[in-house]
Amino acid sequence: MLSDADRIFTNLYGFQSPGLQAARMRGAWDGTKFLLEKGRDWILAEMKASGLRGRGGAGFPTGLKWSFMPKQPDPKRPSYLVVNADESEPGTCKDREIMRNDPHLLVEGCLVASFAMGANACYIYVRGEYIAEREALERAVAEAYEAKLVGKDNVHGWPFDLYVHHGAGAYICGEETALLESLEGKKGMPRMKPPFPANMGLYGCPTTVNNVESIAVAPTILRRGADWFMGFGAKNNAGTKLFCVSGHVNRPCNVEEAMSIPFRELIDRHCGGVRGGWDNLLAVIPGGSSVRMVPAGQIVDCPMDFDSLSKLRSGLGTAAVIVMDKSTDVVRAIARLAHFYKHESCGQCTPCREGTGWMWRVMERMAEGRAQKREIDMLLDVTKQVEGHTICALGDAAAWPIQGLIAHFRPEIERRIDAYAANPHSDPVKIAAE
Amino acid sequence: MSKIVIDGRELDVSPDLTLLQACEQAGAEIPRFCFHERLSVAGNCRMCLVEVKGGPPKPTASCAMAVKDLRPGPAGEPPVVLTNSPMVRKARAGVMEFLLVNHPLDCPICDQGGECDLQDQAMGYGIDASRYGENKRAVEDKYIGALVKTSMNRCIHCTRCVRFSTEVAGVAELGAIGRGEDMEITTYLERAMTSELQGNLVDLCPVGALTAKPGAFKARPWELTKTDGVDVMDALGSAIRIDTRGRETVRILPRLDEAVNEEWISDKARHVVDGLRTQRLDRPYVRKDGRLAPASWAQAFAAIAAKAKGLAPARIGAIAGDLCATEEMFALKALMDLLGSPNLDCRQDGSKLHPKFGRASYLFNSTVAGIDRADAIMVVGSNPRREAPVLNARIRRRWLRGDLLAGVVGPQADLTWAYNYLGAGPESLARFVDHPPPAKAAPMLIFGAGAFARPDGEAILAMAARAATSLGVVKDGWNGFNVLHCAASRVGGFDVGFVPGEGGLDAPSMAKAGALDLLFNLGADEIDVALGAFVVYVGTHGDRGAHRADVILPGAAYVEKTGTYVNTEGRPRFAERAAFPPGDAREDWAILRALSDAIGAKLPYDTPAALRAAMRAAHPHLGAVDAVTPADGAAIVALAAAGGAPSSAPFASAVDEYHLTNPIARASATMAECAALARAPQRFAAE
Repeated sequence: MLSDADRIFTNLYGFQSPGLQAARMRGAWDGTKFLLEKGRDWILAEMKASGLRGRGGAGFPTGLKWSFMPKQPDPKRPSYLVVNADESEPGTCKDREIMRNDPHLLVEGCLVASFAMGANACYIYVRGEYIAEREALERAVAEAYEAKLVGKDNVHGWPFDLYVHHGAGAYICGEETALLESLEGKKGMPRMKPPFPANMGLYGCPTTVNNVESIAVAPTILRRGADWFMGFGAKNNAGTKLFCVSGHVNRPCNVEEAMSIPFRELIDRHCGGVRGGWDNLLAVIPGGSSVRMVPAGQIVDCPMDFDSLSKLRSGLGTAAVIVMDKSTDVVRAIARLAHFYKHESCGQCTPCREGTGWMWRVMERMAEGRAQKREIDMLLDVTKQVEGHTICALGDAAAWPIQGLIAHFRPEIERRIDAYAANPHSDPVKIAAE
Repeated sequence: MSKIVIDGRELDVSPDLTLLQACEQAGAEIPRFCFHERLSVAGNCRMCLVEVKGGPPKPTASCAMAVKDLRPGPAGEPPVVLTNSPMVRKARAGVMEFLLVNHPLDCPICDQGGECDLQDQAMGYGIDASRYGENKRAVEDKYIGALVKTSMNRCIHCTRCVRFSTEVAGVAELGAIGRGEDMEITTYLERAMTSELQGNLVDLCPVGALTAKPGAFKARPWELTKTDGVDVMDALGSAIRIDTRGRETVRILPRLDEAVNEEWISDKARHVVDGLRTQRLDRPYVRKDGRLAPASWAQAFAAIAAKAKGLAPARIGAIAGDLCATEEMFALKALMDLLGSPNLDCRQDGSKLHPKFGRASYLFNSTVAGIDRADAIMVVGSNPRREAPVLNARIRRRWLRGDLLAGVVGPQADLTWAYNYLGAGPESLARFVDHPPPAKAAPMLIFGAGAFARPDGEAILAMAARAATSLGVVKDGWNGFNVLHCAASRVGGFDVGFVPGEGGLDAPSMAKAGALDLLFNLGADEIDVALGAFVVYVGTHGDRGAHRADVILPGAAYVEKTGTYVNTEGRPRFAERAAFPPGDAREDWAILRALSDAIGAKLPYDTPAALRAAMRAAHPHLGAVDAVTPADGAAIVALAAAGGAPSSAPFASAVDEYHLTNPIARASATMAECAALARAPQRFAAE
């Protein structure tokens, strides 16, 4: 178990003030100038050595991503840092807590990261529904400006402006290029890649888009050293991570834990175990709604990290662990997710636009059992036709939950179809005198 | 050049090409919906997926991937692309299935049927049966104007229309609202589009979502006869294809011509078709007791012969209109020469341009394609958006590319490209008479026809030439002095010398009361001829010219005759005959030939071929069809020496109402509707 001394987010639960003074007491803004004085290359090397992988879901090494930015900025094409705070993945609520309770870690991280990639301006794109979070973040930014921690002539000697932008609540704007489009004032639709944002990003300039958590952990990593961060988790899955455990556990919570913590330990220690005991566990969606679910037998002793979960054909994603016990109507649950993706598809490319609606409609029928068994294979084929054929990963994200369901719960779908077919009346037949 | 292996064939291609273009060079056919050569890349239809070896194990959209973005193999082998592998075939079939999921099965009643990309590609790349058993999406049809009919159930969201209106037409009026399968293409508030190029949306739409409203449900593409023609609605001479069924002209479509109109035509060129059917003169008329009465050809000719008998040549005149083919003007000029009259003019707008100043003084010398090379453009006395919308789109494209110095003297209007407004009248042009040349390699001056169609036109012309000389627009290998005409016949008329001879009267003088006794009016409907002269009108429509006429000889419209039209660049273009004139109407050359016989000055041409041969013998450059014979730029320098002080009246565009510039357009109900929409004040939300 992660000791309290090793926690990065020491005010995750908001027991203390999120204000600047309290944040400083907790260690934020400590020696930031010293970190910057060590230079860009040192920061990049340290971030690479720390093994931090992006916390937004894809798990791309953060230090490597930063190093893609041009070394010598072109004055006509300034570099930008954009922080993705459009946290909309169902089940995920980690960035929310950071922005509410520890916003100064994020603000400081923005400064450090922008310095490391030669950016003088940073935008934080906040999810449309996050009103209180945006206000908390704006307060923190105002405090930082006031204290001359950021700004054109701040005490750190790196001219830096930080803007908080409030989105309008579209899930797709969490996709990095759609986020850039939205930030530019256009319709949030993902761009074709290549060119990648590090080459042609915001307003056609080099841009790095990072998750809130990736940025917020950076100053602490630099302060405590890459080796410290590297000390947690399995090889290639270093560090501590915020887990958002929801669903059928006794105490759903957000918790910072070391990577690669076994699932059972995570749930037992922080969430008071699965509702109704471990035998009552049906399945887990370990990384936000976009990854395939894992049945109970496979997940209980699995280390919660990128590589172990992808071996189970699932993924760590945003570490939003959705626990489902045996009372769950798993088909209906996935049908609801299918509706979410149908609703949030941007409509740009064909497979996702038409496929998500199709998948949802079939799922709705399957949740009732009003389907044919051959349609299960057809549905699987449709998900394969969506997966990998789209501009962004939303198509994949829409396909995977259904693939996970069919892979692990096909008998349940078939049982339901049989039950529906066996009952010619959808309502129970009333008996006389009832 | 970089090496690439496509379907096992190794070839050298430019690294800037997209994979789709490279595959086409390799002879592989790539289906596509959203990709269009002249629009930005959207990459959203996913039909053009190909397999790239060595990349991630998923297909790649070939329209958006550049050859240079491909990684070579581990040992430096060229990248390998497969366009017909099982993965690609499966991906295409999948995309096609998705496209058809929400596409209605109304091909039998769809106007796009037979020329539908979706139909064709579903045959080529789809699977035979649908697995989709749910309800299809229903979308409300939108009103987007008088020319484009929407059937939004059919939309496949390729966004070609949105990109066209934003990028080419320059009006951001079309857009997509909603998300996912609820995405809809609309003009937001369902207002009519204001572009003069909106008809092209119908060509661009790969399905039947946008079809032509005026021709809806009238014809099927496979029952139409297709003829190559030339547009006469403006002086650009766009290449068109005229589709006819039987005697009726059904529709007009653009033909690809990179040098002039690329693949666009203006709305007037496309939708003037119904004007060819209404208000037509289909028999001769002779005025009796103040009223025009139907007559036979013989009676009409007899009336003319009686009038012409014994008239002094100086009392006879001829005016040619804006839609005449060059052959007719050549024949009419020959007739006037035989009669000995110097009174002939093709400038019914009173323009002071004249061939005597040299051919360079009335041509669009840098050619339309030269706009792409220009780095500075000043428009004087013109609204190119109204006078030649397709040319204006080309200027806009040049402007979009950046690094263009653009200015306007004259009417200030929304041209769809940004410019520095330099003033309204000649005094603003005068500022450039002694202006140091800009540091530009290919500067361009575009003078509208309206700049010279005024009493001080010659002084303006001299001033224009002086400005051109001082700004250095005429130099070795580049002549940036350009006149943008509005009348399709004008350059042809100048080329055959259809202007007043020695001591002859020009058009406004001929139209004055008492100037002439006999006036031959060859389709000139934009001039008021005062009472007095006996007017013989040869034309097609019951318009202003016919109302004033004493004898009407019904002629053929531009789709009903072969003819040469010289566009504003001086490019002779040859139009084939697509249909026949209605009723007793005849081709104009034949009318002139018969008329000449009737008045005793017989023209020596018995066939249109003989007439054309005579014209080409007299003016050899008219035989070089589709080629521009460059004019000598020295004429501009010589012209600069001429004097004259222009008045201070501001410049006006020659086109006031875009949709109503000629008798055919005025007879068209579609054009009338468009004109009414254009006149109506723009309403905004909350009104």
